[in-house]
Amino acid sequence: MTSQALCALSGIEIQKKVASGDVSAVEVTNAFLERITHQDRKLHAFLYVDAEGALAQAATVDRARKAGETLGPLAGVPVALKDNLCTRGVPTTCASKILAGYVPPYDADAVERLRRAGAIAVGKTNMDEFAMGSSNENSAFGPVKNPWDETRAPGGSSGGSAAATASSMASFALGSDTGGSVRQPGAFCGVTALKPTYGRVSRFGLIAFASSLDQIGPFARSVREAARVLSVIAGHDARDATSTTTAVDDYEAECGKEVRGLRVGVVADALGAGVDAEVVKATRAAVAKLAELGCEIVDVSLPHATHALAAYYLIAPAEASSNLARFDGMRYGLRKTGDDLTATYGTTRAEGFGPEVRRRIMLGTYALSAGYYDAFYVKAQKVRTLIRRDYDAAFKKCDVVLTPTSPTTAFKLGEKTSDPLAMYMADIFTLPPSLAGLPAVSIPGGYSADGLPIGLQLTGRAFDEKTLVRVSDAYERASGWLSRRPSEIV
Amino acid sequence: MSDTKITLEDVRKVARLSRLALDEAALAQMRGELSKILGHVASLNALDVSNVEPTYHAVPMNAPLRADVVQASLPRDEVFASAPKTEAGGFAVPKVMDGEG
Amino acid sequence: MATTYEPVIGLEVHAQLFSKTKMFCGCSISFGAPPNTQVCPVCLALPGALPVPNARAIELAVRAALALGCTVNERSVFARKNYFYPDLSKGYQISQFDLPLNTGGKLVIDTPSGPREVGITRIHVEEDAAKNLHGVGHGTDTLVDFNRAGTALIEIVGEPDLRNADEAEAYLKKLREVLMFVGVNDGNLEEGSFRCDANVSIRPVGQEKFGTRCELKNINSFRFVRKAIEYEITRQEAVLSAGGTITQETRTYSDGLGKTIPMRTKEDAHDYRYFPDPDLPPLVITRAFIEKLRVTAPELAEQKRTRWQKELGVTLYDATVLTGHPKIADYFEEAAAALAGKDASPEARAAAGKKVANFVQSEVLRTVTTRGLEAEFAVSAEYVAELLRLVEGGSISGKMAKDVFAEMITTGRSASKIIEQKGLSQVTDTSVIEAAVAEVLAANASQVEKYKAGKTSVVGFFVGQIMRATKGAANPQLVNDILKKMLDAQ
Ligand SMILES: [Mg+2]
Ligand SMILES: [Zn+2]
Repeated sequence: MTSQALCALSGIEIQKKVASGDVSAVEVTNAFLERITHQDRKLHAFLYVDAEGALAQAATVDRARKAGETLGPLAGVPVALKDNLCTRGVPTTCASKILAGYVPPYDADAVERLRRAGAIAVGKTNMDEFAMGSSNENSAFGPVKNPWDETRAPGGSSGGSAAATASSMASFALGSDTGGSVRQPGAFCGVTALKPTYGRVSRFGLIAFASSLDQIGPFARSVREAARVLSVIAGHDARDATSTTTAVDDYEAECGKEVRGLRVGVVADALGAGVDAEVVKATRAAVAKLAELGCEIVDVSLPHATHALAAYYLIAPAEASSNLARFDGMRYGLRKTGDDLTATYGTTRAEGFGPEVRRRIMLGTYALSAGYYDAFYVKAQKVRTLIRRDYDAAFKKCDVVLTPTSPTTAFKLGEKTSDPLAMYMADIFTLPPSLAGLPAVSIPGGYSADGLPIGLQLTGRAFDEKTLVRVSDAYERASGWLSRRPSEIV
Repeated sequence: MSDTKITLEDVRKVARLSRLALDEAALAQMRGELSKILGHVASLNALDVSNVEPTYHAVPMNAPLRADVVQASLPRDEVFASAPKTEAGGFAVPKVMDGEG
Repeated sequence: MATTYEPVIGLEVHAQLFSKTKMFCGCSISFGAPPNTQVCPVCLALPGALPVPNARAIELAVRAALALGCTVNERSVFARKNYFYPDLSKGYQISQFDLPLNTGGKLVIDTPSGPREVGITRIHVEEDAAKNLHGVGHGTDTLVDFNRAGTALIEIVGEPDLRNADEAEAYLKKLREVLMFVGVNDGNLEEGSFRCDANVSIRPVGQEKFGTRCELKNINSFRFVRKAIEYEITRQEAVLSAGGTITQETRTYSDGLGKTIPMRTKEDAHDYRYFPDPDLPPLVITRAFIEKLRVTAPELAEQKRTRWQKELGVTLYDATVLTGHPKIADYFEEAAAALAGKDASPEARAAAGKKVANFVQSEVLRTVTTRGLEAEFAVSAEYVAELLRLVEGGSISGKMAKDVFAEMITTGRSASKIIEQKGLSQVTDTSVIEAAVAEVLAANASQVEKYKAGKTSVVGFFVGQIMRATKGAANPQLVNDILKKMLDAQ
């Protein structure tokens, strides 16, 4: 097979070919490494390509096959990892100057699980610094370009993982989602992007942004691939005190099932003012398609969702201000020595962090400081309770909630960088499930007139990723969007 | 919090608490940006949450406990692999004064 | 007339919990390891690492709380205390704030005016900081050793119920004793496993309101506690008497200068921005668990002293010496029980207790080495009981017992073995034989008269009587010699 043909295969097909010996994992890996060399010059989805490590891992898979061992469900399948996932011996920077060149001595739990399943980690993907951003423009090492239109943002913060997946530089990728950082770039880049229930995937080895919201999730070009990856990375980990012991379902088994009788909740407010007309139109078309498939469409409301943005921009920065205190130039990472200890701290952190990270640290510190804690932080957490209750009520009437993933399609690079608040608005639909800890997936739901992907977001009950997969897969098959890919970058 | 007008003094204090050495221009710009965000956040004032319990953990659970069994520590070369400065088996840091920090 | 002032003192004690591993990671806490060899991603705060609480540490904290009469809260919350310091790897300490594990206890101390109850506000669990080493390196840098970082601690916050340095010292000693007897803390002040901060203020006698307090930090010996508090009281009195006011500040005691001196602090140094740690769900322990620890609680030194005086025939002084260390107390009880034997009468138990108490104090204690909660005895309690039983049975005298004990220490053999091997089983103790001879002579006055009259054949009768009295153990040659001498002296 040609390199190009190999890269066009799904991860499911690659695994099958590697397991049967049709193709070696090393051949697959070489094909993808070659593709990265060509495609990523323009896209800048990768911060680090680990050719040596990837080929070594591929050789291990091939040896195991020759020895007659049963291969894992992702054997020989190339994966790209967001650069906030710790990888033993491979630089992990969070796209921040403060961690430039930092090499962790251990693998994140999700990375360990991928390796055990035979996946080949080809490299680390670009992101908004410390996962703070919705456009990837906050990377200290320069932004990622959207594979559908290089003048546009890939979304953020997992923009590199989304772009790498969309442009087939890896079969799939992992990202992390705090307020939409998997789903929104998934929508902008036209791939399936799933944020599991909080606690479903271990956060051990994920460099924290906001600990009560962060979840690792997969990007894939199809729902089935995403489902398989989720099965691999999900599961209890004793090293993360917030990791659930709830049993992991066979998500892939949900693919191909009927959805007749499932109830889909539609939030009328999510199709109102501030949402692009094309996004509204695509969402309505998706609702009609689901109805055609036999789903029951019901109206639901999330009355407190409008407060999600305000609550999120207190909670996440507050947690971040504390989580990022360890980056102090003392034990690892950048150190800018000043006149004394205090000056060393201040200079290291002011120069090591970019503007958005500094802003959020300041905001979070303020929200937690004496005199403001109750009015800001505690109040925001109470709003979170109200949003949870909204979902509890909604899920009495429906099985999944459908909204757009983002109010717009991918915006132009530089379009929103001068106005942080305008940028934050990109997350209005992804924030409520995040605050409630619920699983949500973004799937391609159509294309705008200028050919940009539009994302649909489905939110499920806690730990009910199964139903999300089932509905997404049924829609994907019925819609035919799967065959649409960005044109090759030349 | 509606009339939260963040002053330059507040910003300076928060920068100091955050250990971010910002110059005057950066402090002034930060003040403008934070004011704008805090202005938006003030929309929460419209809600009466006096009888609502806060949700600190979205998925309710209790802390799991770990058995008191010694696990291998990191080898010394990995401990210091990314350290800016080390000496005599320790992380070397600028001289620490009492009460500083 | 000059105002007389009353000091008000409250102590905060940090005590290391006697677990094998740290509070939130599996690193060993054994003392004396080379710097930075007992560290891992968690306690070094490497990016992505997460804390998981130590079950044993929680158990020990509850044991301590129960011994101090606290209410153990079934639900408590770990909170982050945020501040920057090179010995604090994460930039925050995981502690407990508004929902601590234990609240409201008391400790009774002895004062010249009788027992006095000192309130305990709360006992919470937290982690220790690393150790800053000054003046060790070549330059001016401080060197940080993270071996201690993350060690499990309880912080015991006392009410401001103490009124002078004597009481403060008594409180600390009593607290240390309680913690050692429940096996929670090794009481080692030099190694820093039991540390104290003191809040000291003074107020005019009769005034309700507290004066402005100063916090005295890191006082690492009982002697320093006394000196620091005494100095501080005198200093504050001098300030107020001269019409000045006390500045609320943190001070440290310098033994070299013999005084407390202010610590350098920056204006806004303390805004700890406590908030619930999002990495750690609430700590929930069951009533059943608490009750189990309550019924298995070890006897405290205080209770032992009272009981021993009642049951084991010892004085308060003896009991105090013998409760100097939990292992010494155990040793005493074991030896006393072994000497008394099973089903002994209360009188016999008291008699045995008294004998053991004397022997342990006069002989055994010299040979004991204690290290933390451990103690090493040269001779087992069982052996000591056997030795004293031999004295009791008349096999050897009390005086000889000391020589035999010395032999037991050097050879490790039992008393009976030594007596047998050295031929000591025959009574060679002249004082024992003399006593037997005197008894026989006194009981047989008519035979003595016959001897005096020249009838030397009665010697045989006397020898027989003496041998019977010494159960045949007396050395015959000695008996002959002593009998002859004593008869002739009649
Ligand atoms: Mg403390
Ligand atoms: Zn550790």
